[in-house]
Amino acid sequence: MARRQSPRRTLLITIVAWTIGLLMFFPIFWTAVAAFKSESDAYSLPQTVLSTPWTFENFGIVQDRSDYFRYVFNTTVIVVLSTLLGLMFAIPAAWSMAFAPTAQSRSSLSGRQWLAIIFSGLVICFLGLYFTDWKPSNALVGFALLLIFVVPGSLWAWSQNTSGTLLWMLSTKMMPPAGALIPIYLIFNRNGLVFKDWGWINLSDYNLIDSFWGMVPLMTLLNLPIIIWMLFTYFKEIPVGILEAARMDGASLWNELFRVLTPMALPGIASTCLLNIILAWNEAFWSLNLTNKYAAPLSFFISEYSSPEGQFWAKLSAASIMAIAPILVIGWFSQKQLVRGLTFGAVK
Amino acid sequence: MGGLPRWHILSGIMATRQAQVLGRWALAPAVTVLAAWSFVPLALTIYFAFLRYNLQDPDNTGWAGFSNFYYFFKDPYFVKDLINTVLLVAGTIVTTVVGGTLLALLLDQPFWGRGIVRLLMISPFFVLPTVSALVWKNLIMHPVFGLFAGIQRFFGSHEPLDWFGRLPLFSVGIVVSWQWLPYAALILLTALQSLDEEQKDASAMDGAGPLSYFRYIVLPHLARPITVVILIETIFLLNTFAEIKVGGIGGIAGNLTYLVFSQLNDATDVGMAAAGGLVAVVLANVVSAFLVRLVGKNLEA
Amino acid sequence: MGSITLKNVRKAFGDTVIIPGLDLAIADGEFVVFVGPSGCGKSTLLRLIAGLEDVTSGTISIDGEDVTEAAPAKRGLSMVFQSYALYPHMSVYNNIAFPLKMAKMDKAAIDAKVQTAAATLNLTQYLQRRPGQLSGGQRQRVAIGRAIVRNPRAFLFDEPLSNLDAALRVGMRLEIGELHHKLGTTMVYVTHDQVEAMTLADKIVVLNAGVIEQVGSPLELYKSPANQFVAGFIGSPKMNFVTGAPAVNRNAATIGVRPEHIKISKDTGEWAGTVGVAEHLGSDTFLHVNAAALGTLTVRAEGEVSVSYGDRVFLTPDLNRIHRFDANGVVIR
Ligand SMILES: Nc1ncnc2c1ncn2[C@@H]1O[C@H](COP(=O)(O)OP(=O)(O)OP(=O)(O)O)[C@@H](O)[C@H]1O
Ligand SMILES: [Mg+2]
Repeated sequence: MARRQSPRRTLLITIVAWTIGLLMFFPIFWTAVAAFKSESDAYSLPQTVLSTPWTFENFGIVQDRSDYFRYVFNTTVIVVLSTLLGLMFAIPAAWSMAFAPTAQSRSSLSGRQWLAIIFSGLVICFLGLYFTDWKPSNALVGFALLLIFVVPGSLWAWSQNTSGTLLWMLSTKMMPPAGALIPIYLIFNRNGLVFKDWGWINLSDYNLIDSFWGMVPLMTLLNLPIIIWMLFTYFKEIPVGILEAARMDGASLWNELFRVLTPMALPGIASTCLLNIILAWNEAFWSLNLTNKYAAPLSFFISEYSSPEGQFWAKLSAASIMAIAPILVIGWFSQKQLVRGLTFGAVK
Repeated sequence: MGGLPRWHILSGIMATRQAQVLGRWALAPAVTVLAAWSFVPLALTIYFAFLRYNLQDPDNTGWAGFSNFYYFFKDPYFVKDLINTVLLVAGTIVTTVVGGTLLALLLDQPFWGRGIVRLLMISPFFVLPTVSALVWKNLIMHPVFGLFAGIQRFFGSHEPLDWFGRLPLFSVGIVVSWQWLPYAALILLTALQSLDEEQKDASAMDGAGPLSYFRYIVLPHLARPITVVILIETIFLLNTFAEIKVGGIGGIAGNLTYLVFSQLNDATDVGMAAAGGLVAVVLANVVSAFLVRLVGKNLEA
Repeated sequence: MGSITLKNVRKAFGDTVIIPGLDLAIADGEFVVFVGPSGCGKSTLLRLIAGLEDVTSGTISIDGEDVTEAAPAKRGLSMVFQSYALYPHMSVYNNIAFPLKMAKMDKAAIDAKVQTAAATLNLTQYLQRRPGQLSGGQRQRVAIGRAIVRNPRAFLFDEPLSNLDAALRVGMRLEIGELHHKLGTTMVYVTHDQVEAMTLADKIVVLNAGVIEQVGSPLELYKSPANQFVAGFIGSPKMNFVTGAPAVNRNAATIGVRPEHIKISKDTGEWAGTVGVAEHLGSDTFLHVNAAALGTLTVRAEGEVSVSYGDRVFLTPDLNRIHRFDANGVVIR
């Protein structure tokens, strides 16, 4: 911005920009103001910005009433663990795609063989149905679905070349959660609704709904494509020669990944983590549907204030501020690094 | 997807059989879990969509043929919610892209306090969707205690507008746009800043006015980031849920995602919900097949 | 020990054949330099030896042991990359120690080796720095240090000096030569700088489009190039090639004369021409002489020569040092 412009113009732009910036920020500011009002002030009309006296009581009440810190703890657990788990899957995957990509589609199966796989799956299902008098057990249905969809699907995913795999991973992010909600809900549900008893394992013994055991892997899967994409774009910028040198020096894959590649890509990994933290923190669909107490994150915490039982504007405001403050601060500090992640690396 | 990715030739890669084998093993865990994540639920949804299955009566299940789809399509909410979905996505994208471009152009100018304005402006993006829905509904758009109502009263109206009651879709649109406008602006601003100063000078030398400068230099430069913004906003906006549920307008202006949720949650009808879920998947795929192709090209180049 | 034998090595990327089939023996302790024009496959050949690329067919053996399928680290070779490929996040000490750590050597032994290597390469005072805080030459030395601590069977260098400025290049060249004498380890060195090749090599391998044109000691290649390609490639300034009458007179399709083997005179000689650009280097003068039908000939005269642009001069080739080539460019002896 070496360009000089007239002070009048600068002043004008300053005024317009500040006005817009303040307008954008105003709802947050207004909420913060309301959070410091007493409940009765919050209701007095007309609304005032400076009410007297200021009070901190709302924050205490929110903590007492809904145990804010437990939700913060839950959110942190989900966000941090899912990020770490995601990195464990994503670092090797991104390494592989950045440094040892496959050029040709490595599908060794012809169209006819695909058909054969699906057809034999169907035949096995038919036989299964026939021998169970058309009343299949859960295990059988699961097995059949595995044969018809999952095995061919995974084989297909496997047979892609690297750019195909990347696009496919991105496309899994486009799968609407509504399409997966029903099975996930039923599988997670403790009350043994469906696909619980597999003979060798009975999922009813495990509580998945409203538990970290369910939420952490779920959150990992939700954001894994983005983590892989991001890391991939960062890894592409690292000269392959250094990894080759490590290989010549006798580094195993593990050492190459975690003693050479990871430290070098640390800034990129950090901003990937930040992005993931923000996405996971703000995730609402699955949080609202699959948690209600033990593993409920802040998204859920705040939604409790939506039921109109009684008037509690000030407390709602306090709770809102408490829910967004941590991530807002993280966001402010990392906004520069975030841009690239927010575009999946497409804009640098 | 056949053929050589371009970067395969351009940059050094490890092409030994050994590296390839290692690479395949390193990729395996991620591909496996993502394949499971994308195929297992989908397969089950397809299965449930053809099943008569209500959670009120979980033992009475059976083959339902296409009746779930039939009833789902006949549901008056379906058409309404489908239209709402499209309106919400399209409206928000238009608002945020146009607004974001303008904002980016503004913030690209030198002025006092740029850093702070930038922070103020992007803040809404970090707000939890549930929070923004509640704040807008109760503190800003509430017919009695809301800020807008106060403004209306100030101008002499006795019956301020009940935004979420009377204009539910529009109100949610405002909330969602408020959240996504910073995103579009931030991305486009970053793109603008990468437009080099020399090009600006050169075009000034060539006698281009501000308008033709925008038309012939800025806009083409922004084409790619705008595509990306549209792609990513579409992914997230198609699935808008929290704002609708927490805003309490699911019954009057829900979208497809909400409809599926309510089939499961309120009607406890797994079969219908699954059929709805499949419709949502098809819709999303139609949209994204188009968009991925568009962006995929950009990303590989 | 460190003798390397390539047998019938072929390399293709997809359908593009880079090395159509090549045999080469490198003796233990030898300093071998690969030269050739850009894109001729020098790096590829080196990477094949290192194990960073797979051969399409053929075998590579080191000390008689077939390593064609062995992983890079298992071949006991060290490589110095053109870009140095130092680990930017590690100190110089850790960079040099890295291969030893990977070999799970104990701390004391690592320290001893690193200190010795650092002393050899004058790096002792930089051990705690990061590569980013070093000059190009120092980085190069770190890369070499990292290579020597492993006591490899052979060193592989891929244009190690091409990122350095001219003065530094001369210094490093000497250091590498010295290192070779000190360690006595086999070295395979890729360069397209023929001065490096001539000064360092025991044996030069001239490559062209993946094919070996000639193998020999620097002076062999200089004195008796096997073909026109080698003749033109080795020697600076380039050998002059003359076709037409002077060649036919000597029963050849083309004859070649090096610039230093042409005598220049103002009044008498075999070929006449006018002086074009003259490059005065002090010790030598390079004259570009326009000799009508013969084309432009380069002449190297010792010391100062007092001719100027446009002067008419006569050139006489040294009869004993004319190289004759047949129509295929192969030398006629
Ligand atoms: N991974 C690859 N895929 C396809 N072609 C390649 C690959 N690596 C190298 N090549 C080609 O092989 C040929 C030889 O390349 P190489 O790097 O060995 O040349 P070089 O002799 O080292 O050249 P320079 O002196 O410029 O370094 C070049 O034509 C190059 O384009
Ligand atoms: Mg090379």
